[in-house]
Amino acid sequence: MSRPSDHIDSPAPAKASATSPALSPREWLRWFWRQLTSMRTALLLLLLLAIAAVPGSIVPQRSSDPNGVTQYFVNNPKSAPILDGFQMFDVYTSAWFSSIYLLLFISLIGCVIPRTKHHIEALRADPPKTPANLARLPAHVTRDASGVTAEAAIEAAHKIVRGLRYRVRRYDRGTTLTISAERGYARETGNLIFHFALVGVLLTVGFGGGFGFAGQRVVVEGQGFTNSLLAYDSFNPGRFFNPSTLPPYSIALDSFKVVYEQANPNAIGQPTDYTASVTTQLRGGTPEAQTIKVNEPLRIADTDVYLLGNGYAPTITVRNPAGEVIFTDSTPFLPQDKNLTSVGVIKLPDGLSQQLGMIGFFYPTVSKGHSGAFFSMYPDLVDPEVTFNVYAGDLGLNAGVARSVYALDTKNLTQLTGGKTGVKSLELKPGETADLPNGLGSVTFDGVKRFASLDIHRDPTQGGVLVFALLALAGLLISLFIPRRRLWVAVSTLPSGQIHIETAGLARGDDPTLDTAVTALDTALATNLGLTS
Amino acid sequence: MTDVLSQYSVLSLYSSMAVYAIAFILFTIDLARGAGDDVVVKASKLPRIAMALTVLAFLLQLAATLMRGFAASRVPWANMYEFAMTGTLIIVGVFLAVNIKWDLRFIGTFVTGFALLFLGLASTRYYVEVVPLPPALQSYWLVIHVFVASLGTGFFALGFALSLSQLLQHKRETTNAAALVAVSSSASTSAGSPVVKGTAVAAKPVRRSRLEFLKRLPDSIQLENYAYRLIIIGFIFWTFTLIAGAVWAEKAWGRYWGWDTKEVWTFIIWTIYAGYIHARSTRGWRGTRSAWLAMVGFAAVMFNFTIVNIFFKGLHAYSGL
Ligand code: HEM
Repeated sequence: MSRPSDHIDSPAPAKASATSPALSPREWLRWFWRQLTSMRTALLLLLLLAIAAVPGSIVPQRSSDPNGVTQYFVNNPKSAPILDGFQMFDVYTSAWFSSIYLLLFISLIGCVIPRTKHHIEALRADPPKTPANLARLPAHVTRDASGVTAEAAIEAAHKIVRGLRYRVRRYDRGTTLTISAERGYARETGNLIFHFALVGVLLTVGFGGGFGFAGQRVVVEGQGFTNSLLAYDSFNPGRFFNPSTLPPYSIALDSFKVVYEQANPNAIGQPTDYTASVTTQLRGGTPEAQTIKVNEPLRIADTDVYLLGNGYAPTITVRNPAGEVIFTDSTPFLPQDKNLTSVGVIKLPDGLSQQLGMIGFFYPTVSKGHSGAFFSMYPDLVDPEVTFNVYAGDLGLNAGVARSVYALDTKNLTQLTGGKTGVKSLELKPGETADLPNGLGSVTFDGVKRFASLDIHRDPTQGGVLVFALLALAGLLISLFIPRRRLWVAVSTLPSGQIHIETAGLARGDDPTLDTAVTALDTALATNLGLTS
Repeated sequence: MTDVLSQYSVLSLYSSMAVYAIAFILFTIDLARGAGDDVVVKASKLPRIAMALTVLAFLLQLAATLMRGFAASRVPWANMYEFAMTGTLIIVGVFLAVNIKWDLRFIGTFVTGFALLFLGLASTRYYVEVVPLPPALQSYWLVIHVFVASLGTGFFALGFALSLSQLLQHKRETTNAAALVAVSSSASTSAGSPVVKGTAVAAKPVRRSRLEFLKRLPDSIQLENYAYRLIIIGFIFWTFTLIAGAVWAEKAWGRYWGWDTKEVWTFIIWTIYAGYIHARSTRGWRGTRSAWLAMVGFAAVMFNFTIVNIFFKGLHAYSGL
C-alpha cells in the first residue's frame, strides 16, 4: 500500500542474500533514498530531535535568556566557551539541531509524496478482488441458509454495505457470488494532510519569520512616541525586514493603573491587574483611546503591542547654585524585587561645574531594616522615598561608545555621597529638595509617575502557523479515529440447494472494531433476508 | 468564607487520600495473588471493593478540588499544589471512565498508588494558601490549556501502566514458551516412550515465570492495543495543548513560540509520542520497543511536571509581570 517498505502493513522484505552483487552508483543512491524515507529513519530522527532539544532547557539560551548566558560565562569561565563552541547557547538555531529537523523533513517529504500519488490512485480505483480463501482473514464468520437464492443474498449484502458508505464492487467467481467493499479512505487522507501541514508550519516559520520585527519601548505616563526605528530602546529586525514598512502611528500612555490585592491576608500587595490607558493615532487619523493589558495586547496597523513590564519613574529636578533648572525629567527606574525597590541612573553632563552621575534607589513604601538599610515593604505608593549616591568626574559620554541609560560606569568617577564616603546619601520624599555636596546645586523630588514597557511586534507567520497547526490537528483526528477496512461477502450454493454465506474483514491500520463490523454485517444480512439463526 | 472553604477542601483531600490508601492495598493484594487458585480468585470480591473505594476517594477528591476552586473563585489549577490535585483527579477520573468500557482494574494499584503519592507530596511539600491569580494567568486559556494538558496526562498515565503490564506480560509469555519448549524437548530425548512424555508435560513445566501472577491479565498483544488506543487519545489532547499554549503565549508574552523551558519539554513529549506512534507501525519496533517509548514518554511528562516546574527557570515561573 505504498507505505515505507518497513511499515508494518507492507509485505515482509525478501531475505537479502549475503552475496548481493555490487551496486552501481545509481542503485546506491536509490538504496540511500529508501533508507532515508523509511519508517525506521523517521522514527530515529524523531527520537534524536527529542534528545537534541533537551540541552536547550538546561543551558540558558541567547534567544530567550541573554542575561542568563552572560551570567553563565561569569560563573563557568572554563566550560562556557567550550559549550559555546558546540552552539549550546543557541541550540534551536544550531547546525546540529537544524540538520536533524531538516533531515527529518526531507525524509517526511520523500515519504509522503509517493504515498499521496498512490492514495490518489486508490481513491479512483475499485476495491480489490475478493480473496479466494476468506477463512484465512483475521475476521471471518459463516452461516448456511435456505429459502433464498445466492443472487438475492449477494444483492442484499451489496445494498447493506453500500448503505454503510462503503465503496462496493461485485466480483463473481463461477458459481460463487462475491462483493468486495472498502471504507475509510479518509484515514490516509487525514494522515497525509497531517504530514503536509507539518511541512507547512516549517516553511511558514522559515520564510515568514524574516519579515517581522520586535522592538521594546519604555513609556512614562503622560509621554508618548511615534513608531519609527529611532523611537525604540531596542529593536530586533528579521532578516528581510524593511524599516520603511514600519506603520506610522503614535502611542501615548495616558495612565497606568495597578490593582493590588488587599483583602486576602496571604496575598496582600500582590498585583492582580495592570491597565495601560493609551491614546493611539494613525498618521492622518483621529486619536483613539484604547487599553492594553497583560493577555490583551493592542492590535494596531498590522502590529501587536504587548504590555510586558512596568515600574516607577520618579520626577527629579536639578538646579545649579544660581537656582536655574538644568535637568527635569521622569526617569524610569528598574524594579529589583516584588515590592518594587527600583534602581535608576541620572546623568548630568552639562550645566554644573562638574559632570555628575547619580545612582538612585526608589522605594514606593520605604522602610528601614535592622542594619539601617532602606527597603520597600509594599509595591504601591504609600510612603515613597528616593535616595541618591552622587558621583563626580568624567561620565565618558563623549568617548563615542554607546552607554546604557540604566547603568553608570563609576570607574573614572569619585563618589561624593553614600557608601564609604561618610557623607549621607541624598534622601528625599516627594516635594523635598536636598543640596548637592560641595555647593554644586540642589536636587528636588517632584513626584512619581509609573511607566509601562511595551513590546511591539509584527509576526507575519502567526496566521499561517495557526492555520497549518489546526489542519494538522484535524488531519490527526481523522487519521487516528476513522477505521479503514475491507469487507467481503461470498455466497455459494451448496449441492443441497442451501446457500453458504461467508463474511470476512481485514483492517488496514489500527481498527479495534473490525470484529464487530463483520459480525454486524452478518447479522444485518440475516435479518434482511428474514433468516433466523 | 475563603478560609473555611479551603480548610474543608484540605479535610476532604486528606479523607480521599486515606480511602485511596485502602484501595491501593486491596488492589495490590488482588494483583499479588493472581497466580493463585482459580476458584478462590474468581469468587473474590476484592477488586469490586477496591473499585468502589476508588470511586469514593475520587468523589472526596472532587469535592476537595471544587471547594478549593470556590474558595479561590477561579479554576483550581494555578499552582503546583492545585495542579497535583486536579491532575491526579483527572487521571483517576479517566481510569474510572475507561473502566466502563474495558476492565482495566488490574492497573488499579498503579492509579491509586500514583494519586496517593502525588497528593501526599503536594499537600505536604507544596501546599499554598489561596491567592489571587497574577495578571499573566488571568486568561480563559488557563482554563483550556491546563485542563486539556491534564486530560492528556491522564491518558498517558494509563498508557504507561498498560505498557508496563505489556512488557511484564511479554516477559512472562516468552519465559513460559521457552520453558515449554525445554520441557518437551527434554521429554522427547528421554527414554522415548510416549507415556514418559505425557507425564512430563502434564506435570509442571520445569520453571514457571516469576510473573505468573499476571496470568489473568490480557495477553501482551491485547495490552498493547489498549495502551495504543489510550495513548493516541492522549496524543490528540497533547497536540491541542501545544497549539493552545502557543496561542496563549502569543497573547501574554508577545510570541507564540520562544523555546522557553516549559515549551521545550512540551515539544519533547510530543515528539516522543509521535515516535511511539511511528514505532507501532514500524516493522521491528512494534511490541516491546514501542512499549518502552510509551514509558519514556510518560517519564518525560512527569519530569516536565515536577523537575521542570520546580527547578528550571523560565517564563512559566510566573514571578509577576
Ligand atoms: C516531522 C516528523 C513527523 C512527525 C511529527 C510525524 C507524526 C506522525 C503522527 C502523529 C502520526 C499518527 C497520526 C496519523 O496517522 O496521521 C504519524 C503517522 C504516520 N507517519 Fe509520520 N510523522 C513524521 C514524519 C514521518 C516520516 C518521515 C514518515 C515516513 C517515513 C512518516 C510516515 C508515517 C506513516 C506511514 C504513518 C501512519 C502510521 C500508521 O499506519 O499508523 N512520518 N506520523
